[in-house]
Amino acid sequence: MSSAIGIERIAVEQKSPSFVSAFAGLLLRDLRVLRREIGPFVVRVVMQPLLFLFVFTYIFPRIGQGNAVGGANFATVLLPGLMAVAIMFSGIAAVALPLSQEFGVTREIDDRVMCPLPVAAVAIEKVCFSSVQSVLAAVLVVPLAYYIPATPVHVHVASWPMLVATLILASLVSGALGLTIGSNVRPQQIGLVFSIVVVPITFLGCVYYPWAVLSHVRWLQIAVLLNPIVYMSEGLRAALTPAVPHMPSLLIVLALLISLGVLGTFGIKGFLRRVIS
Amino acid sequence: MIVSISGLSKVYQDKNQRVTAVDGIDLSVEKGELFGLLGPNGAGKTTTIGICTTRILPTRGTVNIAGIDVVAHPAASRRNIGVVPQYNTLDRSLTIFENLYFHCKYFGYSNAEARERSKTLLAQFHLEERITSFPSQLSGGLQQRVQIARAIAHRPAVLFLDEPSAGLDPQSRIAMWDAVRLLREEGITVVLTTHYMEEADELCDRVAIMDHGKVLALDAPAHLKTNLGADTIIELTLRQNDGKQPLIDRLGALAQIKGLEEITGGLRLFAQGTDGLLPEILQAANNYGVRDIRMNEPNLETVFIRLTGRDLRE
Repeated sequence: MSSAIGIERIAVEQKSPSFVSAFAGLLLRDLRVLRREIGPFVVRVVMQPLLFLFVFTYIFPRIGQGNAVGGANFATVLLPGLMAVAIMFSGIAAVALPLSQEFGVTREIDDRVMCPLPVAAVAIEKVCFSSVQSVLAAVLVVPLAYYIPATPVHVHVASWPMLVATLILASLVSGALGLTIGSNVRPQQIGLVFSIVVVPITFLGCVYYPWAVLSHVRWLQIAVLLNPIVYMSEGLRAALTPAVPHMPSLLIVLALLISLGVLGTFGIKGFLRRVIS
Repeated sequence: MIVSISGLSKVYQDKNQRVTAVDGIDLSVEKGELFGLLGPNGAGKTTTIGICTTRILPTRGTVNIAGIDVVAHPAASRRNIGVVPQYNTLDRSLTIFENLYFHCKYFGYSNAEARERSKTLLAQFHLEERITSFPSQLSGGLQQRVQIARAIAHRPAVLFLDEPSAGLDPQSRIAMWDAVRLLREEGITVVLTTHYMEEADELCDRVAIMDHGKVLALDAPAHLKTNLGADTIIELTLRQNDGKQPLIDRLGALAQIKGLEEITGGLRLFAQGTDGLLPEILQAANNYGVRDIRMNEPNLETVFIRLTGRDLRE
């Protein structure tokens, strides 16, 4: 019996450093996989904003369709929105798709679930690593917005703290959204979820226009307040294109924190339900 | 005692039904033992292993592994547990080497230690030529070997193997048995589930026979067979199965028949000593038209049949 107690004591003493090293191990694993797939990752992340900018800010002005929204040229309005979309899609691609696959088909998450750390930490690691990818994806949009549009994009960092806070919070929210979808949706239905959740929240996420101009469609302006993408776009507007109308910064940060809390809770609960019965 | 299970139950309850998967089992496994849970599908073996490996929460009861209560301290107890589940859980995005390497990293090994340990295991399991392959490029048998190597990479006290030979061809199964025996030589305690009685017989020091969530018998395979009280199992297939009662009474009265039960299309007799028995059986069954008579030595399957009246495969 004394040996049994001895083992228990060792296990408890090792607890805190082992949690950290297990978490670090998970991050290293994801980093290795990302490094191996860096080419496809860049293509996946860049393609959508590239085409968007090309069609709407390069071709349209040349064929006489140039338009301005809220007093700024369209390319300037679009940049923060496209960054928000890049962040959101990254979260879906890095968490929701692999998780749904791993839970429903391959079960390969099992070895990570059996790590010596609380199961919720495995889910949190997924969200953290996905947020790194989201930040990368958002940063990759910036050079595109500089070189593609026919009209100049007016960007200057109005507030670094706001930019950093929005980027990090938005990335975590998108990872949490990915976790919620990935752990609650069966792989066969993931396409459907794309159509009924991901596409609508993108189109209605104040990506292509600032929230303020929605005052012309009052009911929509209020309804979209439930959409976390709105706060990602508006937050990036506040930080990067202050000339374009945007919501107050404090409100944006608060809304992103609430989104993170809600989606994070749903996501982790769903994850636990999938791995522990 | 390295694994101790007491009063363990698991009830799955939803709106429509209540299923008792594990129904109050007590088991203990000694250090270094190769322990088998034998039973048909749905006997509760996988649920029992699921609880031991922190993946299923019990309704009642406790499991202690290496002195740690797995329900109260799942994260800490996972250090002492290695698992090879029924399905292939190798990380498809990583090479064979990386599967082992990152598993070691999850358990806090330094880079050098993780590399060293992975190389040693790949050599031990004869996988050196495959280190840069991805899991999908390997045969089922090889993937199973990688899974076992990975499961013991962090030097767990107990390795749980859930239906390790399911889906393996006979040759891979024998290779897997060799790998499991190798683990015992290293002093790793192994708990495996199986519904192949040959596997339990061949590999295990002790076997718990399970059915409907309960442990029906627990002993060394040889003892289980001896305790059957019969050295020959006779299966009699009859042309006519109506009105068998007189035949059952007549055969049951024979001194050498220790037990008797009806099976589809005939009777199963448990006999101790067969001298002069066959002619008597044939004579007694003459009016029923004997279609086939088969004699077998007892094995774990017949032990299971004796305990439950059913076939392992039914």
